[in-house]
Amino acid sequence: MELLPTIWFIVIAVLWTGYLFLEGFDLGVGMLMKLFARDNTERRVLLNTVGPVWDGNEVWLITAGAATFAAFPLWYASLFSALYLPLLVVLVALIFRAVAFEYRGKGDTDKWRSRWDWAIALGSFFAAFGVGAALALTTTGLPLNANGDREGGAFAWFSGYAVLGGLAVVGFSLLHALAFLALKTDGDVRHRARRWFVRLLPVLLLPLAGWALIIQFLEGKPWTWAAVIVAVIAAAAAWFLARRGSERRAFMAMGAFLLLGSASIFGAVFPVVLPSTLDPAFDLTVANASSSDYTLGLMSVVAAVGLPLVITYQAWTYWVFRRRVSASQIPAAHSFLPAIAVRAFTTKG
Amino acid sequence: MEALEIARWQFGITTVYHFMMVPLTIGLGLVVAVMQTLWHRTGKVEYLRMTKFWGKLFLINFIMGVATGIVQEFQFGMAWSEYSRFVGDVFGAPLALESLLAFFVESTFLGLWIFGWKQLKPAIHLACLWVAVVGSVFSAYFIIVANSWMQHPVGAEIIDGRPVMTDAWAVFTNNTALVAFPHTLMGALAVAGGFLLGIAWYHLWRRRTDGIDTIGADGKVVPGEAAIPGRDLTDHKVWIRSLRIGAVVAMISFAGTALTGDLQGKLMFEQQPMKMAAAEGACHDGTGFSVLSVGNLGSKNCDEIVALIEVPGILSFLAKGDFTTEVKGVNGLLDQYKADYGTHLPDNPIYGERAGQEIEYVPVMEVTYWGFRMMIGFGGLAALAALIALWVTRKGTVPASRWLMRLAVFGILAPFGANAAGWIFTEMGRQPFVVAPNPDLNGIDQVFMFTAAAVSPGVSAGELLTSLIVLTAVYAALLVVEVKLLVKFIRGGVVSAMPELAHTPADENGDANKGPGTGRPADDVLAFAY
Repeated sequence: MELLPTIWFIVIAVLWTGYLFLEGFDLGVGMLMKLFARDNTERRVLLNTVGPVWDGNEVWLITAGAATFAAFPLWYASLFSALYLPLLVVLVALIFRAVAFEYRGKGDTDKWRSRWDWAIALGSFFAAFGVGAALALTTTGLPLNANGDREGGAFAWFSGYAVLGGLAVVGFSLLHALAFLALKTDGDVRHRARRWFVRLLPVLLLPLAGWALIIQFLEGKPWTWAAVIVAVIAAAAAWFLARRGSERRAFMAMGAFLLLGSASIFGAVFPVVLPSTLDPAFDLTVANASSSDYTLGLMSVVAAVGLPLVITYQAWTYWVFRRRVSASQIPAAHSFLPAIAVRAFTTKG
Repeated sequence: MEALEIARWQFGITTVYHFMMVPLTIGLGLVVAVMQTLWHRTGKVEYLRMTKFWGKLFLINFIMGVATGIVQEFQFGMAWSEYSRFVGDVFGAPLALESLLAFFVESTFLGLWIFGWKQLKPAIHLACLWVAVVGSVFSAYFIIVANSWMQHPVGAEIIDGRPVMTDAWAVFTNNTALVAFPHTLMGALAVAGGFLLGIAWYHLWRRRTDGIDTIGADGKVVPGEAAIPGRDLTDHKVWIRSLRIGAVVAMISFAGTALTGDLQGKLMFEQQPMKMAAAEGACHDGTGFSVLSVGNLGSKNCDEIVALIEVPGILSFLAKGDFTTEVKGVNGLLDQYKADYGTHLPDNPIYGERAGQEIEYVPVMEVTYWGFRMMIGFGGLAALAALIALWVTRKGTVPASRWLMRLAVFGILAPFGANAAGWIFTEMGRQPFVVAPNPDLNGIDQVFMFTAAAVSPGVSAGELLTSLIVLTAVYAALLVVEVKLLVKFIRGGVVSAMPELAHTPADENGDANKGPGTGRPADDVLAFAY
């Protein structure tokens, strides 16, 4: 076993898990803008729970991508080029979502807000689905040739696994967002979110559980099987805790579920990072897809300092904005007062 | 069109677009941080208003840079998988470090700044902005390191057919990066300077046109007040200070781009002589700088290019710092490149249909020749305009001329144009290489890559065309939205970014604090709310 590539495989698994844990709830909150929120005030409650943090959360995705490029260039090149069209969808979804967060409140009409609400909801859905599909396919395989290039045309990646992975991340994000809203809001939104969480948990976690189990049947090792079992226990715990009203613990149980589920999947496929469905000889592994030890060593030093630092100041951000948001705190929308467009104001004033 | 050309168009369009947002983010971020620092230290309300107003425009623009930045990172793998495989060991590291050390910082602390106006102590709130701005500067450094390695590969050697990093210090202190980084920062500040100058000019002009500010007997401005929220005496200070800061920033940054650009040019004459010869449209060895060359630059046929106006000695000065050393022209270099890197692309499947084709070593000369001149020309014009603006506004306001106002507003585009032209020149001037060969023969002479070999072999032209069309359409639509929003908030003036200015004390008792609790503003969980 090669030490540095293995460490970097773990780092990348950690980055993806961090991404799903953090952006999971803001993707879910984005989808809930259309599914859950009843009026503009509730939508603004939802938005303001993730407002200060969603951009920092998204950097986990960018870092996961860049770290894969640097540590496993062949994995990065094969995965991203094979999934050309699905990743295009993810990109467009992320673009609209980001812009919508910022621009939604800067217009005055219902039509303006409604359009950006759809951009947030659909952007979040397609981003979650696309990322899920890509992650599932990197564990179940793509039709790659000896050079690592996709054979079979633009849609050769499509399979039941892609759909399953997409649904897994969408379902998890929705549920995680409900747990997050129960934790971060007050009033009706809080209680409704908790009720929804309890009611929907079995359905929303099903695809993720299915993906984790399929991987176990294909590649499972004893410890990854154990992780799956503990993950299921964590999900059950989240359900009971939420029903009892322990929102903080329910949210943490969701985190434990994700951590264990993710460990069981990444752990089971190790040391293969991207299997070829054409020929196992073309599989990309931590050994044959990685950068040199020199590069990995350099990045290990930087990550050893940088990653704990990131976690520290992001945790501080959550602490700064730790207070619950409720509908009664949402300030009235300021009607836009252009100093110049309305000259008639002079005579009134 | 074939896959390679589509992929290049896509990279060009998405990158030039992304780099409209980025310099404004970096430059305006620094300026807003200085404004907030001034407010923090002096307590003068005009600096708070400047911070809020320019900060609002900064955020409208920032988000577009974020949204389009992800495309940059993804498309290396998506469209340029062979490039990614080849360079990943070296090129990936600065990208990963950029995310980990810079972009995380920038995004997280900017979120704290946007939402933290009341949750954080003023000094910490200000510090958050500075941390975010420093993050954006570091981000630029890492990206420049990555790009510079494509211009001038160092610190690596070929092992099993791929460059492997052997000396990280060399990569991160690449002399190409050390001059390109300040050059880029100065270019970003030039954008911010022009932005402040044009918009502040507009507002001063509006105040005059609306009869708020008048000119006294001594020719100096007499600031006035209108019964409109935000259009008071302080408002005049906001705009005249913004205008002066903008003009000074524009001039200093132009001087900075000129100095760093000169260093960069001298390096490029050594590192990529063909790029510089093509920037000149110079076919034969010589010393003269062409002010105007005519003929068919695009033909790549040197016999058709005639330098109409040429200043002797200047080219030598740009390249070597004296007026007499002959600088090599395209013709002389061509033989050298052919001898060093071959006349035909190797017969390797990696080149697809281009395998075995003759290599075109001369970049598209219309682009390099005019790109170089547009960069310098737009930059210089903006600086000259800033100098004139400072003189014209010395008595405290702008002339009443509508045309001058329009000129100032459209002048905002000049530094953007200079930035875009500079990048297009430097990237297209590097062709046919995606990783240009390093002419120093120190064991790194095999580290280079032809652009023709870099594109994803498994991705079809149809897929690339789809993404080119989709991304271009999305970008165009969002540009319209961004510009409309910017115009709306610019026209709205300071009050558009500070609605609280429009609140009378009666309002305060009414709706501003209708939340539970004592109704003190400190109880607002949301000092800023979407």
